Amino acid sequence: MRYLPLTTDDRRAMLAKIGAPDVDALFRDVPNSAVVPLSAFNLPDTQGEMEVDRGMSKMAARNVAAGAAPFFCGAGAYKHHVPSAVDHLIQRSEFLTSYTPYQPEIAQGTLQYLFEFQTQVALLTGMEVANASLYDGSTATAEAVLMAQRITKRGKAILSGGLHPHYAETVETVAGLFGPVERTKVTPGSAEDIIALIDEQTACVVVQSPDVFGLIRNLRPIAEAAHAKGALLIAVVTEIVSLGLLEPPGAQGADIVAAEGQSIGNGLNFGGPYVGLFATREKFLRQMPGRLCGETVDAEGRRGFVLTLSTREQHIRREKATSNICTNSGLCTLAFTIHLSLLGEDGLTRLARLNHAKASALADKLAALPGVELVTGAFFNEFTVKLPKAAAPVVDALAKKGVIAGVPASRLLPREKSAEGLLILAATETNTDEDFDALVAALKEAI
Amino acid sequence: MSEVRYTDQHEWIRLDGDEATVGITKYAAESLGDVVFVELPASGKAVAAGGEAAVVESVKAASDIYAPAGGTVTLANSALESAPSKVNEDPEGEGWFFKLKLSNKDEFAKLMDAAAYAKFLESL
Amino acid sequence: MSMNNQGRPSSIDKGSAGEAFPASIATISGDRGLDHEEALIFELGHGATGVDLPDVQISEARLGGSRRSGAIGLPGLSEPEVIRHYVRLSRKNYAIDSGLYPLGSCTMKHNPRLNEKMARLPGFGDLHPLAPQSTTQGALEVISALMNWLTTLTGMPAVAMSPKAGAHGELCGLLAIRAAIAARGENRKRILVPESAHGTNPATAAFAGFTVDEVPAKPNGRVDAEALKAKLGPDVAAIMLTNPNTCGLFEGEIVDIAKAVHEAGAYFYCDGANFNAIAGKVRPGDLGIDAMHINLHKTFSTPHGGGGPGAGPVVLSERLAAYAPIPLLVASADGLRLIEDAADAPEGARPFGRMCAFHGQMGMFTRALTYMLSHGRDGVRQASEDAVLSANYILASLKDVMSAPFGDGPCMHEALFDDSFLEGTGVTTLDFAKAMIDEGYHPMTMYFPLVVHGAMLIEPTESESKHSLDRFIHVLHTLATEAKAKKTERFAGAPHLAPRRRLDETAAARKPVLRWKPDPLKAAAE
Repeated sequence: MRYLPLTTDDRRAMLAKIGAPDVDALFRDVPNSAVVPLSAFNLPDTQGEMEVDRGMSKMAARNVAAGAAPFFCGAGAYKHHVPSAVDHLIQRSEFLTSYTPYQPEIAQGTLQYLFEFQTQVALLTGMEVANASLYDGSTATAEAVLMAQRITKRGKAILSGGLHPHYAETVETVAGLFGPVERTKVTPGSAEDIIALIDEQTACVVVQSPDVFGLIRNLRPIAEAAHAKGALLIAVVTEIVSLGLLEPPGAQGADIVAAEGQSIGNGLNFGGPYVGLFATREKFLRQMPGRLCGETVDAEGRRGFVLTLSTREQHIRREKATSNICTNSGLCTLAFTIHLSLLGEDGLTRLARLNHAKASALADKLAALPGVELVTGAFFNEFTVKLPKAAAPVVDALAKKGVIAGVPASRLLPREKSAEGLLILAATETNTDEDFDALVAALKEAI
Repeated sequence: MSEVRYTDQHEWIRLDGDEATVGITKYAAESLGDVVFVELPASGKAVAAGGEAAVVESVKAASDIYAPAGGTVTLANSALESAPSKVNEDPEGEGWFFKLKLSNKDEFAKLMDAAAYAKFLESL
Repeated sequence: MSMNNQGRPSSIDKGSAGEAFPASIATISGDRGLDHEEALIFELGHGATGVDLPDVQISEARLGGSRRSGAIGLPGLSEPEVIRHYVRLSRKNYAIDSGLYPLGSCTMKHNPRLNEKMARLPGFGDLHPLAPQSTTQGALEVISALMNWLTTLTGMPAVAMSPKAGAHGELCGLLAIRAAIAARGENRKRILVPESAHGTNPATAAFAGFTVDEVPAKPNGRVDAEALKAKLGPDVAAIMLTNPNTCGLFEGEIVDIAKAVHEAGAYFYCDGANFNAIAGKVRPGDLGIDAMHINLHKTFSTPHGGGGPGAGPVVLSERLAAYAPIPLLVASADGLRLIEDAADAPEGARPFGRMCAFHGQMGMFTRALTYMLSHGRDGVRQASEDAVLSANYILASLKDVMSAPFGDGPCMHEALFDDSFLEGTGVTTLDFAKAMIDEGYHPMTMYFPLVVHGAMLIEPTESESKHSLDRFIHVLHTLATEAKAKKTERFAGAPHLAPRRRLDETAAARKPVLRWKPDPLKAAAE
């Protein structure tokens, strides 16, 4: 086996040093009945690199990659161009094959990029502090609700109907144990009246902007109403590139921002791994979950970085920890931070404007089709249209013609009758005029 | 005339009249290491003997501080919030955590005195 | 004579080497040879850009009045500057690819590059999670194949794939247990956790709304089965046990424990962090386990990446299988199909909810499956045996100078030492570990598990050659011998030779600086 360096002679010599007759003697604490022969496993034997490559590639070929078709899916995961330098750098051995930086003297590389990452996330979201990332946007949102429950010592969480339904279900599963989680009515393309629901038992209001239908939401009045009742506003962002163009949640009064960072630096990867961004106000720092990197000095007075405030975490506080989380999304944060460094201020704002221009152009083209109605008035790079018939079969029909037309709202909200005709489409810098023409032609035919 | 008593959780409590002051012992401060953060109880908070009253954290450790005797918190040492190092520098003086109005002085009387605590430390 | 006729000094014996250049001398640049100091990216930015994008103008009409008013404050650098920045940073990191990484409980084994290549095939890496399912059949096939490997290796009937890391898997397992208890109409709130457990176990139990009751360890490093049984009762929901445990020992009484737990109406959660010691040899399902997460980044070698991303699928017993969260993967007439809504779940299934958006860590699934296909069942078994053999070789080679707390018996995949061999030397576990850095090694896991004083937990994994192990043993043996002889100069203040000396963690925690901020004086001048 090419990955195992020990030879038969090595194993024999090592057993002799140990004083064991064979390797099974080392498993003597395992009940005899529990050790099973190899034949108990109905699985294949070792294969060479070429054979494995062939088998895996065959499976990969059965998928239609986003780059292989006119492609318009969004709804929480976005197709963007990632510069070649990003993937090259994250595959450097020193990044790829290192552990969590618990020994800071020999992990300054990881620690410094985490510190830079935290700064970038705080700047983008308009917040004071950010952590070193969580698993993804949905789990970050659930953690934000738990944090609000801890801070306010209240149970109730109110979720906007425009919050990505997978996010809402994740929050319900976890935070539902500690208080009621209410979802407002789904109102595609318009803002629901969430303010009326905030009361003295409310820990937090969770609002996504742009929301799952693409609508840009004004968070200011919601923040004011929440604060008036002693509740927190949690702002959710699933398309982080939008903050290159839109007012950040921090400037609109959000107390916690939970976001998905996949769009910058990370591929679609069929849903994961992604990178959860998490930022808040300094006064809530001690209640924040997840790893944090901080600046300090070494014994010779040189600047250096360490993981800090770890008494919040599970390995010290155990059952009293702020969260059970034991990791961050290390390599995905690295991809994020490298891509954002390449973009810089100018690159990110250009990218964001380009995305909005593409989506606007597509919205105009689709709205011009007879029977198609643009549902989302204000949007970034994603919007919803109402088709004259159910969207899911239309998407399937278009897929057969090689056009990946977007996400039917019914896939996310299968019980919501009003979602049936709705199609959520995203357009990014990767889309060309040819893509648009192909979509328009195919859609015309299908409806 | 004030009296000091100790718990087996390494808190000390000094009684002056009706009011008692609570902190952690030198032994506790040394085993925690550099204290970096304290979480103090709000004035008016009622605590039971042995109940969680405050939290002390060093870089690699965190401990709850229990009320040695039941009562109502009258004052917390807010100076520790900006200067937690006082807990290490002067644990049984300036590094006190909070003051309590005791509800039952018998609980105080039952605690170890200095000699008993010294003996207890030796047994560890 | 023509052409190159000017010789240069080429020997190092006289003159050319000059006087010794003391390490204490400061260089002009602040760099030292290949060891470059590197500023923060924010200090390097100067308004350049590393991408070429058109400068399109847009109308405000569709922005809902929410256009950003101020600048973000991001630095601008060109591509070569960005690349140099991160390459320089990378060189300050220790990595498995550059040396033995003996972190007990963390399993730093070789990360095959084929796995990286496979995860990046466009059919996997560039696949949208909500693309029509007819266009993602190959991805679902990967998940299905991985599920088959995991259930077969563990001897368990079902697996929930979506948890994103080990601790997330623990949460998934406990939520399944919670749902199963609720379905029985019972209310059980207590979870028994041995004191040697990973910190995530009690944290997860509390996170899932349970109370934690600690079970003591016996002097032989195993959980006290009698004490555990005595704590069982009608309010106990589950026990969480790591096996092999965090002392690197197999819990031999596990079958008995499982029986008692089941008789008391509770469930058996196993922390599968150490599955890499027994994979391909012992099936957890045969031991009476009801739920166990598998850290794909440990046992199946998806890269640790400086702290994630991981993946933590959870295998479930017959008693818990029905409660697995959505999404579920089922076979249907037109191929594999993801069930994404609880109401669409097949008959008998009662999903407790959803762990995260989409379907789990697909990028880790492709890597883990590639690892499994490369190893095969025989390679997986051999890897477990080699990991155990290597740990025992270290234990046998060092126990004469270091102190093994649990006697002469064999260990599993990691060797545990305590600090009693350092008693009276003035050298602590921390000093000992930091001295290893100067010797070119990453320290072992220290001060964990908590049940051993000054613990040092060494996990060599199956990826080291005998030559590499022998060299490592020689270094540790010599360090221990010197410490015991009170030759302590290597230890005081170590490391001396790393990119940084020991860092002031107290200052970092007392006055947290968690982000860069522009220098106010400089900003004002601009």
